[in-house]
Amino acid sequence: MHTVALKEVTVIAEALLEDKLLRELRELGARGFTIADVRGEGSRRLRDDEWEGRRVRVETLVGAEVADRILQHLAEHYFPHYSMVAYVADVQVVRREKYV
Amino acid sequence: MTLELLRANLLSPIVLAFGLGIVATLIRSDLKFPDELYTALTIYLLLAIGLKGGAELAETPFAAFWAPALATLALGVAIPLWSYALLRRLGRFSIADSAALAAHYGSVSAVTFIASLSFLDALRAPYEGFMPTLVAVLEVPAIVVALLLARVRGGGGGSWREVLHEVLAGRSVLLLLGGLTIGFLSGTSGLAKVAPLFVDLFQGALLLFLLEMGMVTARRFRDLARVGPFLLGFGIVMPVLHGALGTWLGGLAGLSLGGSTVLGVLAASASYIAAPAAVRIALPEANPSYYLTAALAITFPFNLTLGIPLYYALARWTHGG
Repeated sequence: MHTVALKEVTVIAEALLEDKLLRELRELGARGFTIADVRGEGSRRLRDDEWEGRRVRVETLVGAEVADRILQHLAEHYFPHYSMVAYVADVQVVRREKYV
Repeated sequence: MTLELLRANLLSPIVLAFGLGIVATLIRSDLKFPDELYTALTIYLLLAIGLKGGAELAETPFAAFWAPALATLALGVAIPLWSYALLRRLGRFSIADSAALAAHYGSVSAVTFIASLSFLDALRAPYEGFMPTLVAVLEVPAIVVALLLARVRGGGGGSWREVLHEVLAGRSVLLLLGGLTIGFLSGTSGLAKVAPLFVDLFQGALLLFLLEMGMVTARRFRDLARVGPFLLGFGIVMPVLHGALGTWLGGLAGLSLGGSTVLGVLAASASYIAAPAAVRIALPEANPSYYLTAALAITFPFNLTLGIPLYYALARWTHGG
């Protein structure tokens, strides 16, 4: 099957940021997401997650340029004060036009 | 007589269940509430209180409402102002941390409020039907004032639209006001239809909720050492001062003995549902360890066990009884 290279951006964030984050991802060029409720612990060991502070994992398939813009945005606005993990992976998709 | 009140409160099923929750966490029991149950219980309790208040409101003359509402609003503006000054000057907290704590102490804990109604019910002390409205009145302004302070002092970012949406559309304000409206419009006969679920089962649901609260509180105990002695003192002294002020203002505004007690409780309690969400968005640089631990592991248990009977005793004193 013919596949095309795209980027998968994964963001793991405090659940209360979900609405804001999705709005911003759309503005930055993402066209769809998969969202899951997740649990875990990271370097901050922030204990706010025990009270109403569940985590969400947002995954979106985008072009390389949009992926870059998203990471830039997150690094500027969220990394300093929120507990957040974000990374980009290379993926192969069919139907490229669905995502970019 | 005051000791009698204290004993009655400490031996009430809901306070004992809170204690059980603390024990469960301390002995590392595998007891755990599913998230959904916790959420469902909050919805149930807030809606039940709103419905009951609304039905009673339908029978009360509305003129009696304005003075207490103004007193509540004044508390909501004043408490964060002096709390901020105290935390900043004496506690040497950063601008963001001081404002975050001020928002929590100015705002109100719906669970403490509900526990105080349950305490008054057990004593058969009547209170005004519009008290849940005052919770909604007190919940919002304190958060806005505290965030405004942070902004003026140059400590805060975040957009107002998001914060206001978080507070006004948050479930505690929505369910309380929504319940009040439904109760008010459908009246006592309307409430009678849903009473088997929302009135008869109330105390049992509250017991379950406080069992969970005990566990949440005890998980925060580890942080007590980290927040330092100042915040520990602040978390107990401020509720007593605010409680005294609230009961006194309640008397001035023409509230009954029960109503004044509740206003004292509202002033004394610190929010841990609405305020943390709003503050996390508007003041991300404030450390959640401080405000969550102070509100949840210091002030909430204090109010639940000793505070509520104390504010009742104070209210009785100002009412000359």
